[in-house]
Amino acid sequence: MPFKSTVGDYQTVATLETFGFLPPMTQDEIYDQIAYIVAQGWTPVVEHVHPSRSMSIYWSYWKLPFFGEKDLGVIVSELEGCHRAYPDHHVRLVGYDAYTQSQGSCFVVFEAR
Amino acid sequence: MSKKYDAGVKEYRDTYWTPDYIPLDSDLLACFKCTGQEGVPREEVAAAVAAESSTGTWSTVWSELLTDLEFYKGRCYRIEEVPGDKEAFYAFIAYPLDLFEEGSITNVLTSLVGNVFGFKALRHLRLEDIRFPLAFIKTCGGPPNGIQVERDRMNKYGRPLLGCTIKPKLGLSGKNYGRVVYECLRGGLDFTKDDENINSQPFQRWQNRFEFVAEAVKLAEQETGERKGHYLNCTANTPEEMYERAEFAKELNQPIIMHDYITGGFTANTGLSRWCRKNGMLLHIHRAMHAVIDRHPKHGIHFRVLAKCLRLSGGDQLHTGTVVGKLEGDRQTTLGYIDQLRESFVPEDRTRGNFFDQDWGSMPGVFAVASGGIHVWHMPALVAIFGDDSVLQFGGGTHGHPWGSAAGAAANRVALEACVKARNAGREIEKEGRDILMEAAKHSPELAIALETWKEIKFEFDTVDKLDV
Repeated sequence: MPFKSTVGDYQTVATLETFGFLPPMTQDEIYDQIAYIVAQGWTPVVEHVHPSRSMSIYWSYWKLPFFGEKDLGVIVSELEGCHRAYPDHHVRLVGYDAYTQSQGSCFVVFEAR
Repeated sequence: MSKKYDAGVKEYRDTYWTPDYIPLDSDLLACFKCTGQEGVPREEVAAAVAAESSTGTWSTVWSELLTDLEFYKGRCYRIEEVPGDKEAFYAFIAYPLDLFEEGSITNVLTSLVGNVFGFKALRHLRLEDIRFPLAFIKTCGGPPNGIQVERDRMNKYGRPLLGCTIKPKLGLSGKNYGRVVYECLRGGLDFTKDDENINSQPFQRWQNRFEFVAEAVKLAEQETGERKGHYLNCTANTPEEMYERAEFAKELNQPIIMHDYITGGFTANTGLSRWCRKNGMLLHIHRAMHAVIDRHPKHGIHFRVLAKCLRLSGGDQLHTGTVVGKLEGDRQTTLGYIDQLRESFVPEDRTRGNFFDQDWGSMPGVFAVASGGIHVWHMPALVAIFGDDSVLQFGGGTHGHPWGSAAGAAANRVALEACVKARNAGREIEKEGRDILMEAAKHSPELAIALETWKEIKFEFDTVDKLDV
């Protein structure tokens, strides 16, 4: 069978788990995901890490988990605050589910500059 | 009061049909769909099932007076019509807890689905459901890790996991096989899987496969920055061989192994599951041979029973069918037994085929695995049906991509994440599936090509085994 020039080359990409294969989210899209976390009754958590350590289990908390926080604006400003303080770190948002002791949601909002 | 020995043959219903009996919380309850021989009364058939699956035999024997059989016997306490079926009926039977060895699914099944299935007074018999009492459940090991621990180990949150079986399923050398694993994992899958037929054949002995697969997993993790795994099939000809393979997987630092629990048997499965708990290994469970047992609507064992048995025997992931793919499976029924795998309490719900309230206590949950004839177009429906605590496995739908397995994997990953993102944003993903996938394809040539490749493939056959409602 002759080689088909239509075959493309798939380049491996380094990704950061969930939503790593989607383009960066817009502000509105991030709001939608935060609203989902809050609507599920999960606790928003902001975490950050230097890219050299991105595969490790524990990323650093930004402050503490925002227990009981339902205001989307507050959560967005905390994400931005973390990003400003650690511009060379990845910043992710976790929806922590205390009932399952797991994360119902977890995705990187800001990649390190 | 002592009884007199009266030799001969008694009617089963005199002893085993007890409509006034109120089942105890500690009883193991079973629902059988019975189809008797013509002319045999329902109570007699139902009582015979209760007798033959517990303490009874065809004749009265003197030695039964040495014990208190009233304490040990199974009892049929209810008979119900099967909706829309004049021949068959449901028999509900209660078994005292002491009839079963602690933690032994093998023992439970040997009693409940043993000799009784060959009994001449029956034309067909099907075990529809078992209510395991919590007292029994607490004696079982259950999943070695469970959903929460598996997510933490694999660092996968907020979405279904993505896998695929390595193809061709037979005939690849160890090195070629590892290549396909590497391609899938670098393309964005979380897991790859040994085909169930792969054990240790002449073309590819297990040590050789394990070594090349371990290399593939390691490289893919390094290059993608994500956690990866491959289900190394440890199903073997003897338990000793099985454990040897499991030990080697651990030596290679692999996160997950695999077992075929019906062909391998419940005893082997329970043993391997305990080994996994002890050794921090995840356990993927395949279900070869299940359709032989569970597909006929009037004879055999319903898969919801086999699924419950697996949760008790132990496994972290179990194949459940796809609803939408190439293999048999009705949606409501599938949702019913997926609940049995994942929830801590499942209420009786005949519209989902669950005949009893089932309390699982603190038993960890099992991931539902959807695998078989699914491709990117099915993704919205799969995410809607199975939810996050599932593993979606695309075999042909990965390797069949015109650019190869890595691009196929990436297409699936993009489609999955697009569906999850849309669901979270409040969109109805089953209705809007087409739009969601087309939008996602705009920034993923891999997905665009996958959508084009599989646009015509459908599997629309009626299911053979439907719920009787």
